[in-house]
Amino acid sequence: MMSPEKSIDDLSTEARPVHITVNGTPGQHSVQPRTHLIDFLREDLGLKGSHLGCEHGVCGACTVRLDGQIVRGCLVLAVQTDGRRVDTIEGLSDSGAIRDLQQAFIRHNALQCGFCTSGMLMAASELLEQKPRASREEVREWMSGNYCRCTGYQAIVNAICEVLATRQAARIEGATA
Amino acid sequence: MNAPENRQLQKSLELALEARAEAPHTPTAAPLGGELQDARHIGQAIPRPNLERLTEGRGQYVDDIELPRMAHVVFWRSPVAHARIIRIERDFARMMPGVLAVYDGADLATICKPWVATLTHLAGIKSAPQYPMAIERACWQGEPVVAVVAKTRAEAEDALQYIQVEWEALPAALDMNTALDPETPVIHPELGDNLCFTRSLDTGGVDEAFARADVVAEATFDFGRHTGVTLEPRCQIADYNPASGQLTVYHSQQAPHMMQDLYSRQFDLPESSVRVICKDVGGSFGIKVHAYPDDFATVAMSILLKRPVKFVADRLESFVSDIHAREHRIQGRIAANKDGDILAFEIKDVTGIGPFSMFPRTSGIEGNQVVNLTGGPYKHKAYRAKLDVVFLNKTPTCQYRGVGHPIACAVTEGLVDLAAAKLGMDPLAMRKRNVIPDDAYPATGASGIKLEVLSHEACLRRIETLMDYPALLSEQAALRAKGVYRGIGFATLIELTNPGAAFYGVGGARISAQDGATLRLDPGGGVAVMVSVGEQGQGAEAIFAQIAADAVGVPMSAVRLLTGDTEAVPYGGGTWASRGAGIGGEAVLQAGLALRANILKVAEAILKRAVQTLKLDAGVVVDAVTGEALLPLHELGRVAYYRPDTLPAGFTSELMVTRHYAQRDYPFIFTNGVQASYVEVDTETGFVKLLKHWAVEDCGRVINPMLVDEQIRGAIVQGIGGALFEECLYDDAGLMKNGSMADYLVPMAGEMPDIVVAHVETPTRSSMLGAKGAGEAGTAGAPGAVVNAINDALRPLKAECWSQPVTPEKILRALGHI
Repeated sequence: MMSPEKSIDDLSTEARPVHITVNGTPGQHSVQPRTHLIDFLREDLGLKGSHLGCEHGVCGACTVRLDGQIVRGCLVLAVQTDGRRVDTIEGLSDSGAIRDLQQAFIRHNALQCGFCTSGMLMAASELLEQKPRASREEVREWMSGNYCRCTGYQAIVNAICEVLATRQAARIEGATA
Repeated sequence: MNAPENRQLQKSLELALEARAEAPHTPTAAPLGGELQDARHIGQAIPRPNLERLTEGRGQYVDDIELPRMAHVVFWRSPVAHARIIRIERDFARMMPGVLAVYDGADLATICKPWVATLTHLAGIKSAPQYPMAIERACWQGEPVVAVVAKTRAEAEDALQYIQVEWEALPAALDMNTALDPETPVIHPELGDNLCFTRSLDTGGVDEAFARADVVAEATFDFGRHTGVTLEPRCQIADYNPASGQLTVYHSQQAPHMMQDLYSRQFDLPESSVRVICKDVGGSFGIKVHAYPDDFATVAMSILLKRPVKFVADRLESFVSDIHAREHRIQGRIAANKDGDILAFEIKDVTGIGPFSMFPRTSGIEGNQVVNLTGGPYKHKAYRAKLDVVFLNKTPTCQYRGVGHPIACAVTEGLVDLAAAKLGMDPLAMRKRNVIPDDAYPATGASGIKLEVLSHEACLRRIETLMDYPALLSEQAALRAKGVYRGIGFATLIELTNPGAAFYGVGGARISAQDGATLRLDPGGGVAVMVSVGEQGQGAEAIFAQIAADAVGVPMSAVRLLTGDTEAVPYGGGTWASRGAGIGGEAVLQAGLALRANILKVAEAILKRAVQTLKLDAGVVVDAVTGEALLPLHELGRVAYYRPDTLPAGFTSELMVTRHYAQRDYPFIFTNGVQASYVEVDTETGFVKLLKHWAVEDCGRVINPMLVDEQIRGAIVQGIGGALFEECLYDDAGLMKNGSMADYLVPMAGEMPDIVVAHVETPTRSSMLGAKGAGEAGTAGAPGAVVNAINDALRPLKAECWSQPVTPEKILRALGHI
């Protein structure tokens, strides 16, 4: 966060320093105030796993995590993430945090072209955390913020429902062990 | 342990797994014979090997590629439907930071020839010359007029705001129903009128059939113009190297060799100097099988600037520059006798395209298909059709998933339902009575289409039990008594797949009808497979790996795929018209069998045993009788490549083979199927709730049932999009009103039903593999099934709606509520 004494001209369009932790790695970066988070991730950091589908906050292909919460990378400015933590599909893949979800997507063929998939996985992973007992209808409702033009959604819903069930079974087993 | 909860969990896990396997796949096709009798992969629901990459964000789409000195282009597009361009002021834009060049249409025309998109087998089709960017006149909102190239995309967009274009608005042709009227301006005066293509078909006997009919039903069917909305927009990087004269184009495209040919011809480059590379493609659906003006513009700018230039359409320009499709008005009627026999169909179709026929496949094909396919499943003999394809000052239209099928099917099936209702006959019974029987093939449809072998009767029987039709009917009746309006709709369909040269080649388009596969055994025992049909997400690479594994006799894990590079794969047509599995797959099969034979010849030389005593099984040469392991492929590869000195004199190991396949027995190999939709219409709000959807599909031999099911589901949902939501809405001035993702509605997870898919397998005899296409039938049948279900729900209220998309507003109007 910027301290008051360090404040610079808010109207300046010049690049300014920001400190962002991306996928667990803290880093000092210089970004223009107008740069969207998704463009910063893709163009400045080369993290191409999040995709640009509409650039107006509708399709969900650019969904990433900001301080643990999913956001649209095209609706957040990179400067707004100063002092915060951003996680992308690359980070979540490397950490293994959503391995079960990714494997379920593969088993169910819950992706075809794969362009929406990073965003779908982000949205689904938050669902798994926030609504661990979600019903099939609730899964459909939750995932309705992300476009997929290939699958017709059923395989995506099936994959998420399967992970909900297996994670819940594992929790109960853990609790009773 | 909490036992009840645990049971619940177990149940929900089972449900999740069952959801996909609700209709388990039991192959009905005879097993493959010969070397393939031990096939372990063909027919199995094996997950796609290339999905690991895509789930980890490690795909490579065109916009992910960065090249040294790569520049970025953005286009100033016509903001109006029709305008004379008076002056373009580019000096201010040129002064902006990072700007490398600003071009207009005349600049690019110096190195790129114009094109006229016609096909000789669409008799009389005409169009006007089209250039990479408009010259003097812009003909639709979205046509590229000026291009700004800068070092970054942001700089190019900054500079774009300083382009000043002075234009004079011209009167426009915007309504397809009046496009041929004398008072409508003619878009290209040199063509004489706004008629791109017209066709009449008359079998004779139509008037007589209508005269003797017991019932005649008729309706006007409207279809909203819609578009594909691939989640990855159209994009490419053109990289011209002036030192070598080599043009490399990274392209999100379905037909790389077609583009190679077009770039070569439009820019007068030797074919061998053009390489098109398609890596991961973020959805295509036909949107990416055409040659767009901005494709040529981007290449032109790379040549002029001698550096790579990237073009990625943003979503707003996608809506007005990606092809549109399906804007039709069809007046249709059907004649039937009192026993329920269909006697005749008649349609009059008018469809509005853009100001140009789209290159190179033309904008005439969709309407032509409607004429060919209407009435297709049925055995009537009398049919008359008239088609007018008219130019409009709107975004050009061309082939989008299903190409004419969703229209022909919705019209045919709507008319069948109307006739059945007039006769008081059950709609399923009416279809059973009229489909061309399963034992009557090969057959010729009334429109003249040749049908190799179909299974309408088997599919209708299957769907009746799959959906438990009698139970559904009683539920519907019970609910109607309570004021709940549910409807059941059927759509029987045929779909053309595995095209021969009849589609484009005979009309003069240089689009290959033949495809090829090269298979190579590597020294380590792996098999490299290079195929001219590429991957767009449908799973082509996965099924090629399955086929290659069985054909050669190796585990699937030993197979590696390469597609989408004109420099590396055999020449071929690519991915369209549901041809990938049937044509590409057969080429892989034949190449695989040839490689297996060659491997066994090498084994014969190494082992000094007669080849007849040897077999290849799971990557090991074994004794044909005892199954004893004799020689693993990595050992065979080692000897073949590194120690050929130990092999007999005069013997050469041929461990790389190429085979091609073109389907030449029929113009097309038709598939068939039937879909059913169950909906509830809220008569107060006009909202439609999709309760469930069923599809029984016969795409011949099923290579991977999971992938076929998912192709069908995805295609059904795209069809539902057109039936209920999607429409490019234009205002009176020819401007698109809903050209953003927020305003153009597509199906989302929340409103889609679960879709049950089942198969009947009738392999085509035109190939050894027996596979037909499966990618488009879902889209072909869904709109007809859903619209019929809605009308079934409305029928007791004496209301009907045949205008797609069927919006709540249209339903309320039909009910007289507004």
